[in-house]
Amino acid sequence: MAFEDAAPMISPQDFNLDVQVKWCPGCGGHAVLSSIKKALPETGVPLENIVFVSGIGCSSRFPYYINTYGFHSLHGRAPAIASGIKVVNPDLSVWIITGDGDSMAIGGNHFIHILRRNIDVNILLFNNKIYGLTKGQYSPTTPMGSITKTSPEGTIESPFLPGELAMGAQCTFYARVVDNDPRMMREVFIKAAQHKGTSLVEILQNCVIFNNKVHEDITGKDVREENQIYLEHGKPMIFGQNRDKGIVQSGSKFVVVKIGENGIRKEDILVHNAHSADDTRHYMLSRMAYPEYPVAMGVIREWKTSVYEKMLYRQVKESKKKSKIQTVNDLLTSGNTFTID
Amino acid sequence: MHMKKERKIVELEDVVVKFAGDSGDGMQLTGSQFSDTSAFVGNDLSTFPDYPSEIRAPEGTIAGVSGFQVHIGQKEIQTPGDRADVLVAMNPAALKANLRWLKPNATLIIDIDNFDNKHYKKAGYIEDPLHDESLENYNLIKAPISSLTRATVKEYELDIRTAEKMRNQFVAGMLYWLFNRDLKIGENFLKSKFKSKPTLKKANIAVLRSGYSYAETIEAMTVTFLVNPAKRGKGLFRNITGNQATAWGLLAAAEKAGRKLFLGSYPITPATEILQELSKYKSLNAITFQAEDEIAGVCSAIGASFSGSIGVTSTSGPGLALKSEAIGLAVITELPLVIVNVQRGGPSTGLPTKTEQADLLQALHGRNGESPCVVIAASTPANCFDFAYLSTKIAVEHMTPVILLTDGYLANGSELWPVPKTENMEDIVPPAVKDNDPYYQPYARDPEKLSRYWAVPGQKGLRHRIGGLEKADVTGEVSHDPMNHEIMVLSRQEKVERVANYLPEQEIIGKKRGDLLVIGWGGTYGALNTAVRELQEEGKNISLVQFNFINPLPKNTNEILKGFKKRIVCELNMGQFAFYLKSKYSQFDYIQYNKIQGLPFMISELKSKFNEILEEI
Repeated sequence: MAFEDAAPMISPQDFNLDVQVKWCPGCGGHAVLSSIKKALPETGVPLENIVFVSGIGCSSRFPYYINTYGFHSLHGRAPAIASGIKVVNPDLSVWIITGDGDSMAIGGNHFIHILRRNIDVNILLFNNKIYGLTKGQYSPTTPMGSITKTSPEGTIESPFLPGELAMGAQCTFYARVVDNDPRMMREVFIKAAQHKGTSLVEILQNCVIFNNKVHEDITGKDVREENQIYLEHGKPMIFGQNRDKGIVQSGSKFVVVKIGENGIRKEDILVHNAHSADDTRHYMLSRMAYPEYPVAMGVIREWKTSVYEKMLYRQVKESKKKSKIQTVNDLLTSGNTFTID
Repeated sequence: MHMKKERKIVELEDVVVKFAGDSGDGMQLTGSQFSDTSAFVGNDLSTFPDYPSEIRAPEGTIAGVSGFQVHIGQKEIQTPGDRADVLVAMNPAALKANLRWLKPNATLIIDIDNFDNKHYKKAGYIEDPLHDESLENYNLIKAPISSLTRATVKEYELDIRTAEKMRNQFVAGMLYWLFNRDLKIGENFLKSKFKSKPTLKKANIAVLRSGYSYAETIEAMTVTFLVNPAKRGKGLFRNITGNQATAWGLLAAAEKAGRKLFLGSYPITPATEILQELSKYKSLNAITFQAEDEIAGVCSAIGASFSGSIGVTSTSGPGLALKSEAIGLAVITELPLVIVNVQRGGPSTGLPTKTEQADLLQALHGRNGESPCVVIAASTPANCFDFAYLSTKIAVEHMTPVILLTDGYLANGSELWPVPKTENMEDIVPPAVKDNDPYYQPYARDPEKLSRYWAVPGQKGLRHRIGGLEKADVTGEVSHDPMNHEIMVLSRQEKVERVANYLPEQEIIGKKRGDLLVIGWGGTYGALNTAVRELQEEGKNISLVQFNFINPLPKNTNEILKGFKKRIVCELNMGQFAFYLKSKYSQFDYIQYNKIQGLPFMISELKSKFNEILEEI
């Protein structure tokens, strides 16, 4: 397996390309690119085994900016292209770069099916809640009521929450990060790479031109400690500037509590179990929204289960062992044949 | 076997048998069993199933009639035949739907147990066909197939449905008698089919024998037929359908190229069997991926090609439409890709189970931008193997998408095929790059073919990026430069045109000069060839050219076209190939003969059209 191979030390600089990165100054994309370059050497995958595949949109230009094998494909189709790439060569470390328009709208079908199959690839979903490359139309994740170029009176569509959709599609790894926290991104990207199965990382990304500060309530420097909760498996769900707030469950709901108030002790706070097969709490965590809740960051779900290509190659191996047909000549002469002399 | 009556044997050059019944009656199985037996005794053959698109349309109705036509012969057989010599009709609907396809004086076997008022009504008969004059000209055999089958299997205590299903073996038994065949062949077939089900094996064999004895006994079947073995070459033969041959050709090509075969596909009639067939051969390094839709089918295949495998997708017309954008991606990324399009009647959902040749222009032009693909058409069920093999070879060696056109008629039809050996097939050499090649550039081209080279992820020192945006010549960087775009468009076009340098010359059947040149392409070969040969035997000045290579056309096409006073283009569409030829070779006039009924050409209609034109010359 690629991860265990003793690869020569690679550094973030090995991924640099002598090209102009054509994202707007201040675009969240720059920080993601830099974080991924820092994360990749730590995955232990040899340079030549890394492939970036993207769809269409601002974020999907990503493969042109990183020195790996890359495929800038069609709008929404990156998961399908990546499936083919990975299935025929499971040694590759395949990264899908997509946006909220690319994967939630035109590519919605491929998005849910790759999650369901659990092919071992990593998806970085740049969610800026707007169509950037076509200059500012609402996307499937744009909040209801938003004024955009195609919704002058406000959108009248209920938005997708990528996490909700992912859980519904039986996603085995779901994490959320923000584009202004490079340390968080690096850490989560490495975990995504290490997970065997489809890893989905939703990146709350700012579009400085068409949807500036869309995530500001969550990502703003003054508010982020209060309005984000960084989840880690096996650790209590505690957050806040003073690390004094936490999540408890009351009936079928999560409730935000303050440690020390109303007799709440630190031990009462829920401990995050990202590894459980049951995704009920992961689903609830993914839905937590400002202002009622802090928004969940970090790895929300990480469930180890059977991986598509592992099962596939088990069948291949079995077939090679058992089948009478080992060559095409065997096939051609199999079954009902007639000799005419 | 004890002879109960004098059997009169009539020797026939060829004979057409049609089996027709409800879609649940097992007519396809009886048909294939009859075909296999014919192949076993050495007859040449061609088959054509004709079934409704519904799985179980209402029982006893015309819509629910499922048919299977077999043409066997001592002579070379190239079509399933225009009209039947023998019809087996399991109910009145089957009779009504097929009577017009019967030859005069044909033998007509009906299951008399189903010829009652209830079934007449379902079939839409107003008069009882057994008591008007409609069947006067046939040798009508009223066999109590259902009741005798039930009686035969009574001792095995089977449920009614299972017992009913065995009626087809009664029919098979009757035909063993009618065609003077050794019943042992049928018994062996059933022994192997029901190897693990002893009761079913015994019951089926009992019914088969019972059908044979019945035919032996009745007066109406004193005249029997004998079709002697065909004088084909020696060797190993098998009966193969077009879809099976397509799947096997892809397997052979991948093995020869030393690469994995990856099929990304979505089930669609009449192409599904290719996916089903390939899913059985993981031992041959064939990976099948049943995608979530047609688009994911082709996209996953493109991904697999990028990763160094042979990427293939299979579909039918509506699916090809959905794949267009992705085929354009394969054009601009210049990756090998084989798209198998098993054509059916269109537009839209059209006639899913019927044949047509109406996707030609879609294959040639159905994409945005200047987007040339190689287009190849198979022309017989068995040569789907050869053209699937060749399509893969061209896709890989020239780094281009290739659209292989077959059709419902070829896909489901079958013929006897001399089994080839892979050692006799042409080599397939992928344009691979060595690791760390310091001169590698993603869009550097082979000077002869103009194809780029195939460096794949996992290879050291060859990291590069491709994609749907226009790329700079040689370096492969994203480029919006106007002159570069023109160079790239022309290079992709020229690359496809240069494939002609690697194709065999177009053959002509008949003289190279003459009065009338019949022009066909793809799956109409059998009918056109038979019609033209029959007219040639009558001394007519007529030749046939049947195209398999559509884009590019063979280099001697102009030479062939100019040798005749008149040219007639025959196709199962409104004239798409004629339109194409007019655009390429506008110096010639073309007569068109088109049929758009979801049915193949009949030899008789072709001959009468050709005669009409020959008389004018």
